[in-house]
Amino acid sequence: MSGVLDAMASVIARDLRIAMRRRADVMTSLIFFVIVVSLFPLGIGADPVLLRTLGPGVVWVAALLACMLALARLFANDHADGTLEQMVLAPQPLSMLVLAKTAAHWLTTGLPLVIIAPLLGLQFNLDAEALLILLASLLLGTPTLSLIGGIGAALTLGLRGGGALLALLVLPLYIPVLIFGAGAVEATAAALGAGAHLSILGALLLGTLVFAPWATALALRIAIE
Amino acid sequence: MTMPDIRWYKFSSPQTFYPLAGTLAPWFAIAAAVFAVYGLYIGFFLAPTDFQQGEAYRIIFIHVPAAWMSMFLYLVMAGWAAVGLAWNTRLSSMMAIAIAPTGAMMTFIALWTGALWGKPMWGAWWVWDARLTSELILLFLYLGFMFLHAAIEDPRRADRAAAVIAIVGAINVPIIYFSVKWWNTLHQGASVNLTRSSTMASTMLWGMLIMSIAFWLYSIAVVLVRVRCVILERERNADWVKQLGART
Repeated sequence: MSGVLDAMASVIARDLRIAMRRRADVMTSLIFFVIVVSLFPLGIGADPVLLRTLGPGVVWVAALLACMLALARLFANDHADGTLEQMVLAPQPLSMLVLAKTAAHWLTTGLPLVIIAPLLGLQFNLDAEALLILLASLLLGTPTLSLIGGIGAALTLGLRGGGALLALLVLPLYIPVLIFGAGAVEATAAALGAGAHLSILGALLLGTLVFAPWATALALRIAIE
Repeated sequence: MTMPDIRWYKFSSPQTFYPLAGTLAPWFAIAAAVFAVYGLYIGFFLAPTDFQQGEAYRIIFIHVPAAWMSMFLYLVMAGWAAVGLAWNTRLSSMMAIAIAPTGAMMTFIALWTGALWGKPMWGAWWVWDARLTSELILLFLYLGFMFLHAAIEDPRRADRAAAVIAIVGAINVPIIYFSVKWWNTLHQGASVNLTRSSTMASTMLWGMLIMSIAFWLYSIAVVLVRVRCVILERERNADWVKQLGART
């Protein structure tokens, strides 16, 4: 069993090291997130009340898009240089290695979004409590996005026009996370309490944690054979 | 290894299923036409005018069967795709890909007729009601399945990859439905109540059931014809297809 954990740890360490050496890749999706959120006030006007209403939804939709944009990188490089085939052939279960890769991916794309989101929330006049809930909902929600996205990334591996297809496959599956993520912040703003929303986000995370790595591993085997 | 001589296994081969589908398809098509004519007759001539909704309600004779079929066909499609993935049976995957366009069309009809119904009833072509929204997402799921299948050159890989997304989608359909439903109720309150008055005239109900049967039969007929095309396309290098081509 320790063999599996060792392998997972080394996969995470390797992916983090690669990400550190290609910082521009990591920064690109983060900057994308910031730009998309900043575009909305320009498009809909700077009315503070309107912005406060729209803020949680805008931040969440932008986070969804930024996560999706980063997905193409999840397996593409490993697929190109043959590392992925070695992982498929490895004695450790592929689903656990996939879980490790997804974890590393979340640490380099999801976590930066979570950290910077409160700053963007300030631009939308969200108060302190709403910012805290926004942080919590993103912290619970973005790992789910990475896990679900892994299935789509594996299925579209090496396909022509994979990016747009990935969006079509993955975005409908992101909808529940979006609803409860943005809903948590709105519920706080309406003084309803965000507990129920956050609980459901946690349930979605646990469910995908069990199911998604397995489906991703299956999809990878199909893509590689 | 000898295959057991049971009819079901016999017809799981594309070669034997192809003529069977060809024989059955016209009968299903004829039956569908008969039921559709009868159902529409009930719908337009026998069913009473609704005292709340007037004549416009009559679109339910198309709308409700299409909505039922759109959901049911997704499950059938995902089921065949899963069978194809698990047991590597070629015909199952062909059935899945043959069902997808019909399912997508049913979803589209349900949305379109829903919009036509919504305008006179609620005064809006579209409301973000839970059922409408999840039906729209169902259309996206169908399109994702079809486009993923179309994007992969190798048909076996396409079958298996599309099967994975179909299964993931099938698991997600109830999650999406309930999340949209809760979002709707938490978000803006039930501005629109879709549940019709509980006492529905029995002729209306009969018309709807007959039309549903017609939609079922139509779907079966169309899927059988389409699966024949898929079989010919996939098996074009097989000897029996070449002989078929030589005969005609």
